[in-house]
Amino acid sequence: MSNIRDMPNGQTMEVRVWRSDGEGGRFEGFDVPQRESQTILDVVSWIQQNADSTLSYRFACRVGMCGSCAMMVNGQPRWTCRTHVKKVLKNNRLTVEPLRNLPVIKDLVADMDPFFDKWVKAEGVFHPSKTRADAIEAISSEHPMRVEADRAIECINCAVCYAACDVVEANPDYLGPAALNRAWTLMNDERDAGHDVRLDAVSQKGGCHNCHSQQSCVRFCPNELNPTASIAGLKRETAKSFFRRRD
Amino acid sequence: MIRPHRSHPLWYAFLLHRVSGLALVLFLPLHFYVLAFALTQPERLDGFLRWTDYTIVKLAEFGLVFLLAIHIFGGLRLLALEFLPWSPRQKTLAASAVAASFLVSGTFFLQAV
Repeated sequence: MSNIRDMPNGQTMEVRVWRSDGEGGRFEGFDVPQRESQTILDVVSWIQQNADSTLSYRFACRVGMCGSCAMMVNGQPRWTCRTHVKKVLKNNRLTVEPLRNLPVIKDLVADMDPFFDKWVKAEGVFHPSKTRADAIEAISSEHPMRVEADRAIECINCAVCYAACDVVEANPDYLGPAALNRAWTLMNDERDAGHDVRLDAVSQKGGCHNCHSQQSCVRFCPNELNPTASIAGLKRETAKSFFRRRD
Repeated sequence: MIRPHRSHPLWYAFLLHRVSGLALVLFLPLHFYVLAFALTQPERLDGFLRWTDYTIVKLAEFGLVFLLAIHIFGGLRLLALEFLPWSPRQKTLAASAVAASFLVSGTFFLQAV
C-alpha cells in the first residue's frame, strides 16, 4: 500500500502498547508513521500489519456503530475507531491498553463476559406483556416515557463507561453504568411487563444505589449518553416503589 | 496522582465531597469533646476558646467552615441530582457549591478578624 497519506516529513510517533497473555503483562514500544486523519485504530492496525502480527485487538465496523474497539488511550477509555491521533497525542507519545475493569484475554482484547452478564443481572431484557396475536401497541414519539427512553437508547455496548467508572473498580458486584442505563430504558417502555422484577434487580447489592455520581460515564460516553441521569431515574423509581409497597 | 480518567470537574466535586466528609468525621468527636467542657470544666473551655484569638486558629476555622459549607452545598447538589428532574448544568451546580462555600466561609473569616 502506498504511503501517500504519510506526513510529508516522515514524522513518526512513539506508541506504547500493552502486551499480555492474560497473566501479567508489559508495555512494548513501537515507532508508527504519522498520517493525516489517523485514528487510534489505524495506529493499532498499522502495528499489527507492519510491526508485529501477533498483536491481538478487537474491531468490526470501524465507523463507531458496533462498540467493539474500545481501549484505554493515554489512560482514558475511548472508541478507537473514532478517536483521532491528533486529539490525544501528547509529547508525540501514545499509550494503548485494554479496557479497565475487565479481565484481559490477550494484549488489547478485554473479556466482555462480566460486562454483559451484568446486563442480564440488571434485568436488561424485555419482558413481553402481550402475545403475537395481540395488536401492536402504538407508542407516541412525544410520550414523556418514550422521550426519556430515547435519551438513553443509543448505547452501543462499548463498555467505555464501565472502564471509566471507579465504583466498578472498587466494587466487583456493581452492575455498572451501561447495564443500569439499559434497565432505565426498559422502565420507560410501556409494553414491558417486568418493571417490578427489574426494580428489585437494580436495587440489590451492587445496584443503582451504589453509584457515587462521579459522572465519568457521562464524560467519556462516545455517544454522549447520560448513564448518571438514567441511574438517578432508577434511584427515584426504587424510592417511590419502597414507599408504595409499604402502604 | 489523579489518573487520566478522573481528570474532569465532576470527579473533583466527588473528591471534595468525600474529603470534606471524612475531615468532618474527624472533627466532630473533638468538637463534642470540647463542648462537653461547658458542663464539666467551664474554666478549661474558656481557656480553650482563647486559642481562637490567634490568627492561625481563625484561618483553621475558615477552613472548617469551608468544609462544612462545601459538604452542605455539595450534599444539596447530590440530592437535587437524584430527586429532581435532571439538569444538564451539573458542572455549573458543582462550581456554584464551591462559590457559595467560599462566600460563607469568607464572610465568617472577615467577621472573625
